[in-house]
Amino acid sequence: MTLPLEVTDLSTTLFTRRGEMKAVDGLSLAVDAGETVALVGESGCGKSLSALSIMRLLPDPPARIVGGAVALNGRDLVTLPEEVMLAIRGKEIGMIFQDPMSSLNPVTTVEKQIAEVLMAHGELGRGQARARVHELLELVGMPDAARRLDAYPHQLSGGMCQRVMIAMAIACSPSVLIADEPTTALDVTVQAQVLALLKRLQADAGMAMIFITHDLGVVAETADRVVVMYAGRKVEEASVDALFETPLHPYTVGLIGATPVPGAARADRLADIPGMVPPLNALPQGCAFAPRCARVMERCRHERPALTRPAPDRLVACFAVEQG
Amino acid sequence: MAAVAAGSRGRAALRLLRRRLIQAVPLMLGVVVINFCLIQLAPGSFLDLMTAENQVSDPATIELLRKTYGLDDPVWLQLVKYIWALMQFDFGFSYRQNMPVIQAISVHLPATLLLMVSSITLALAVGVAAGVVASVKVRTVWDSLVSIAAMFFFAAPSFWLGIMLIVLFSVKLGWLPVGGMATIGGVGGGVAGVLDILHHLILPTLALGLFYAAIYARVMRSSMLEVAQLDFVRTARAKGLSRNRVTVSHVLRNALLPVVTILGVQMGTVLAGSVVIESVFSWPGIGSLLFDSVSSRNYPVVLGIMVLGSLVVIAANIAVDLVYMWLDPRIEIR
Repeated sequence: MTLPLEVTDLSTTLFTRRGEMKAVDGLSLAVDAGETVALVGESGCGKSLSALSIMRLLPDPPARIVGGAVALNGRDLVTLPEEVMLAIRGKEIGMIFQDPMSSLNPVTTVEKQIAEVLMAHGELGRGQARARVHELLELVGMPDAARRLDAYPHQLSGGMCQRVMIAMAIACSPSVLIADEPTTALDVTVQAQVLALLKRLQADAGMAMIFITHDLGVVAETADRVVVMYAGRKVEEASVDALFETPLHPYTVGLIGATPVPGAARADRLADIPGMVPPLNALPQGCAFAPRCARVMERCRHERPALTRPAPDRLVACFAVEQG
Repeated sequence: MAAVAAGSRGRAALRLLRRRLIQAVPLMLGVVVINFCLIQLAPGSFLDLMTAENQVSDPATIELLRKTYGLDDPVWLQLVKYIWALMQFDFGFSYRQNMPVIQAISVHLPATLLLMVSSITLALAVGVAAGVVASVKVRTVWDSLVSIAAMFFFAAPSFWLGIMLIVLFSVKLGWLPVGGMATIGGVGGGVAGVLDILHHLILPTLALGLFYAAIYARVMRSSMLEVAQLDFVRTARAKGLSRNRVTVSHVLRNALLPVVTILGVQMGTVLAGSVVIESVFSWPGIGSLLFDSVSSRNYPVVLGIMVLGSLVVIAANIAVDLVYMWLDPRIEIR
């Protein structure tokens, strides 16, 4: 049986004046129906660019997909002509973005913005759209939905805007939903509501979901499997339980160590990862994480570790882990 | 529901209108006082010119004229009397046309308003279209062409452009009339008359409007490029809308906002510019009346034109505010 979404060896390069940068380098991931895969990593590690590559929404120039395949229900999106992609975006893949306030058009009503998806994909005509939009708003738990139809985004709170975005993304019942940091810009209490809403909608429709975040607390709450990215590459993949129980890659260990745990003694200072994600045009020769790594060995500086399978259903790219 | 929302926006528009009208009162008072004082500073008075032209040297007659026109009062009293008269829509009397000032101006004002409206319409249509083309085809030959044309029309003085247009289209090609607002001798009324006026309107409209079109093209281009970078445009693309569809229904309306803003600011300069263009094309607007009145020291008419001109600019600005409000629902008038 084909999976809803299967990404194989996806590579996206930014062609800039300062040289070529491999923003996404050989990323592979698969998402089953009803499954949530979290894409985790610091800012600038290629999470959002991976999502935009899947949607083929990258600004070209400078970004171009240079290799790999994105199979959506068995059909490779990378090679499709743009006209066909138009029919797929919003219909078979929905996407939710980080900042809901700026992701909605400020001069158009909520109703028009949601109805636009329905009409673009020929689901409904102008007359029926309003009723369907109302239904969708109720489905995403918009308080006082009927009154919000004619509201403009600036009249709504951040959480309500994100509900509108979600209504838009699921309007055509897509089989895959990509959520790019959907809760980062929201208050914590609203975050929890939005996460619960996404989980409910996913369970009801059996959508495959890619959940991009840098917040490991959110990962623990939502994801089934986790893909950890660093400098455009996948460095570790595991089920969410395995990952938090025994993180293998030193970067994953660092990320988890840097996450505050409620109730922990004040004396335990959060362990930060020294240094920063290297700029993509100045990646070190060996493992990209080597300059910041606590377990770095001589070999790491010259050779790049490939993904290995230390346990069934687990992948990691690290020489130190290989040695044990 | 739609009616409720529309109703609340309609009420907001009325509030805006009321506020702007109230603000207009002190503004107009300022315009009157400043212009009145400026004119007092200028040497000579229309009485000197009038008596010289008609070779009146009898002191009694001059004194009588001085009394008739209220020039024997102190300046501040003249100002107070003028403002008092204005409040009753009395703009004074023009000796030169031998008719009330308001009548002299109202003969000429429609021609100027027509020229202003047609120039602004042309500037908006051409400027916005050129800006959109340049931004959609950014860094191509089209973009460069728009930039070069915009630079040219921005830099070219309007009187020079007017003369060049006359040389090309009237003298060399003979397609369009050299000047005036209607064919001398007339072509009859009705449709033929309207077409005749439009025929005469083309060149002055180009000469005045292309300068503003150049500005709008530049502003529209950069505004379009800026809006195209915003998050909601990416959202629209993620919905499966084509690039053109996104440009028309999401980018364009947001990108228009800066253009509307500068349109409001420039209303006054459009009026001032039309004065120059009118003299190039012998367009019978208030520009020619103003020029004639300044040189003949016909101050009641000069003041009247200033006051009515300010009214036109204020009215145009209110209209622009309302358009802005309609385009951008975020504008709420407190």
